[in-house]
Amino acid sequence: MTRPDAIVIGAGHNGLVCAAYLARAGLDVLVLEANDAAGGMAAARPLGDGYRVPGLPQCVAPLGRAIRSELELERHGYAPGRPVETIVLDPGSAHLAIGQDRVAGDGLAQADAAAWPGFRRQYLAFAEALRPLIENPPPRLKNLPRGDRMTFAKLGWKLRVGLGREAMYEFLRVVGMNIYDVLNDTFDDERLKAAIAIDAVLGSAMGPRTPGTVLTWLQRLYGELDGAATIHSGNRLVEALTRAVEAAGGRLRCSAPVARILVEDGKASGVQLEDGETIGSGLVVSNVDPRRTFASLVGAPRLDTLFANRVTQIRGKGVVAKLHLALDGLPEFRGLGAAALGNRLLVAPSMRDIERAFNHCKYGECSPEPVLEITLPSIHDPSLAPDGHHVLSVSAAFMPYDLDGGWEAGREAAARAVLARLAQFAPGLEARIVAREFLSPADIEAGYGAVQGHWHHGELSLHQSFMLRPLYGAARYATPVDGLFLCGAGCHPGGGLTGLPGRNAARRILDTGGRP
Amino acid sequence: MNIAREHFRQPLGRTPFHERMVALTTSEHWATWNGYKVPRIVDKLSIEYFAVRSGCAVMDLTPMEKYRIEGRDARAYLDRLVVRDLAKLRPGRVTYVAWCNDEGKLIDDGTLFQLDESRYRLCSQHHQLDWLLMSARGFDVGITVETHDVAALAVQGPTSYSVLSEAGIACLGDLKPFDVTRSDCAGIPLTVSRTGYTGDLGYELWMEPGDAEAVWDAIFAVRGRYDVHAMGLNALEMVRIEAGFVMPGFDFNTAEATVRNDHDRSPYEVGLGWVVNLDKGHFCGRKALAAEKARPPRRRLTKLVVDGNRPVGEAFVYAGRNGKQVGEVRCTTWSPILKANLALADIEFINGKLPEPLWARFDYQRELKWHTAWAECHAQSKPFYVPAHRSLTPPARY
Ligand SMILES: Cc1cc2nc3c(=O)[nH]c(=O)nc-3n(C[C@H](O)[C@H](O)[C@H](O)COP(=O)(O)OP(=O)(O)OC[C@H]3O[C@@H](n4cnc5c(N)ncnc54)[C@H](O)[C@@H]3O)c2cc1C
Repeated sequence: MTRPDAIVIGAGHNGLVCAAYLARAGLDVLVLEANDAAGGMAAARPLGDGYRVPGLPQCVAPLGRAIRSELELERHGYAPGRPVETIVLDPGSAHLAIGQDRVAGDGLAQADAAAWPGFRRQYLAFAEALRPLIENPPPRLKNLPRGDRMTFAKLGWKLRVGLGREAMYEFLRVVGMNIYDVLNDTFDDERLKAAIAIDAVLGSAMGPRTPGTVLTWLQRLYGELDGAATIHSGNRLVEALTRAVEAAGGRLRCSAPVARILVEDGKASGVQLEDGETIGSGLVVSNVDPRRTFASLVGAPRLDTLFANRVTQIRGKGVVAKLHLALDGLPEFRGLGAAALGNRLLVAPSMRDIERAFNHCKYGECSPEPVLEITLPSIHDPSLAPDGHHVLSVSAAFMPYDLDGGWEAGREAAARAVLARLAQFAPGLEARIVAREFLSPADIEAGYGAVQGHWHHGELSLHQSFMLRPLYGAARYATPVDGLFLCGAGCHPGGGLTGLPGRNAARRILDTGGRP
Repeated sequence: MNIAREHFRQPLGRTPFHERMVALTTSEHWATWNGYKVPRIVDKLSIEYFAVRSGCAVMDLTPMEKYRIEGRDARAYLDRLVVRDLAKLRPGRVTYVAWCNDEGKLIDDGTLFQLDESRYRLCSQHHQLDWLLMSARGFDVGITVETHDVAALAVQGPTSYSVLSEAGIACLGDLKPFDVTRSDCAGIPLTVSRTGYTGDLGYELWMEPGDAEAVWDAIFAVRGRYDVHAMGLNALEMVRIEAGFVMPGFDFNTAEATVRNDHDRSPYEVGLGWVVNLDKGHFCGRKALAAEKARPPRRRLTKLVVDGNRPVGEAFVYAGRNGKQVGEVRCTTWSPILKANLALADIEFINGKLPEPLWARFDYQRELKWHTAWAECHAQSKPFYVPAHRSLTPPARY
């Protein structure tokens, strides 16, 4: 095989995005993926006999416009799904439906209904103000190069002029706060507050009262600037990205787990696969979790001491588990018409319930009353299940990676807790189950390589955001090892199906000619 | 245990040689070193200084930090730790090393002894356990503090070889500079190395604390025939400056104890560039040091001979008399053997070069009245005092 100009380790969607940009820039790119198919967490996975689930993500924002057009993804088959609403399930069937600019449900106070569209618009504007920071590599703090000065200038402009004086003050007031206080100041309806709070905390080891949850919400909301949330339903995104890579001449090799990143004289010189094969290249880009990239693939001995120790201090404990069900028909949710089942369903009665569920995971326990996000992706993509059958996907929080007694012993009880919670809203569901799988954070770690099974490859807390993501010394996609770059969710601006870490990384690599 | 609970009654530790020092001291001039009570001056500074330079001086080294480093990856670990190429280090040899943080700023220096295939002893000025442990991530290596479990004596000076041979330590004649070997002293097992911090001929003896007094007594038993003196820290400070050795934490701020930007120093900046080997493979700080080496030097800890005989003390250094202030004196001594005023000064380079001429401006007191004086300083690149007898093998017998 010819020596590639660049090796991308991991064919997660970010690895594919990065590889596509590099290949389009004329580099001979080889993507090496440990699993037998591309896509990482976003890849469809088989379930039972004849069913597929679309992967770990459930509710996703459409890919940003820039990536779509720059990589010509529509031409390669990508189409954003249709916008959906979020429905907060109520034990008494007083469900609340939340859309982009409307909220409706029994018992909803007029004031809350009236306040929602304006509130959402304001926070979208805050998210828009962060755009320069989110869409660009994080600026350096010292000896600012020109481009970074532009990022700061644009950020300042967006905050001061884009938002206007009063909104800027409000932004500065809330940006470090917890979502709990902000929502209690604004709304009365517990269901509405819970739904927003879920978006702020799902994927993080955070409860609504954790400081910084306004920022995590803004980062999630940011994705919706280019279109409303949709249900992740098929493998279209992954297939389109794969085509984009291959159309530009990139090569993809699956079932090729990388064991080591080779370093010679302080420079990346290639990779060694688990079967011993070595492939040389002076440019290595890792889509793998930063903790795994540095601690296992490079190894502490090849790094400087302080850096190697900082790597071990990266926070990122996975707390979301997945339950996938194959069903022999459409399930019935009490008080919900079949037409509504294509939406995103939440079991999160109030912010207090979310906080309580979170409390358990701090102590190594699963919440007996987990918070659930439920989708039925087969409604959007019937090819996922045989005719008339369906697949149901649940993200369950809070289920700690470091479960007391371990996941081998605890898996079934956790799965039962999720099923029991589902049964409260969909009593006939269990009878329809043809096949099921439960993925604990430990299973996610084993299946995707993300350390501790973390959604963002590392907590998206303030101390691990922007110029500190994933850590000081590697926050701008380049690493202390010359020629080794990061491009995955562990980098700025974090996880979710945005492709932004992959795009930013590629820009940085191309801007610097592959030098850090 | 009583000792653990009662330790506060005796805030300063006593080394195994303490009673012997107490018996000898007339000045009662004590200092603390690493939590131990050690003499600054035992009897008279001039006697101790000249004992090192023309006789034999004995100094208690026990408080020095000592670490045992062992295990399968011990060599790989040390290679990543220190800036020096260890390729020539083998069992029975000692080498001078320094280590840096990620930014290539000095954390400490010390001597590294290879005791056998996979066992080393590292001696350092400052406590290093935290740094050594942090550096151990990813290595199969054991690190043990043995500061308090190994008693150590420095025996230094032109007659030290004769004194120790006379005291019953065999096979010293074959020991080359930076050799280390197992030996014994009148039946007491000990480790001897031909090392020291004085720039003179000298040895360091390493033994069980329980054997310490017997070894001391054997050495001092030859006093009738040789001039042997116990020595304190003040004389050591004089001779180490003459020998051009730097003292981390005093001549420069060590990296992990530095808070302010740019107050720490790299090996190049303190004249230890010769220890750094950028081609030996990865070590902590290599990238930063390679980048520094590619730039013009910004400053250097510079050896100065200062005109006149007034002690310089604390002083600023200027590029020319009344010129631009370019540096600060870090340590000074009057050298009796060279009849010269010596100093080490941290000096900012101008356009990548040591500015010339250099002048020190300093204040001194005469009958309590302060005066200001200027003295021209002459930069030296070599150590001030390098006696030929220090490296002879076998050393001259007296
Ligand atoms: C339970 C769960 C639910 C989620 N739900 C949502 C959601 O609803 N909405 C949303 O937007 N986001 C969601 N996410 C987050 C989202 O899935 C991820 O942030 C995103 O997929 C990360 O993409 P990536 O390309 O950076 O990394 P990944 O998709 O993790 O890709 C990394 C790739 O590297 C490969 N790899 C690892 N090690 C090696 C190796 N040694 N050699 C070769 N290849 C290797 C892996 O196999 C994988 O393919 C969820 C995450 C989890 C865990």
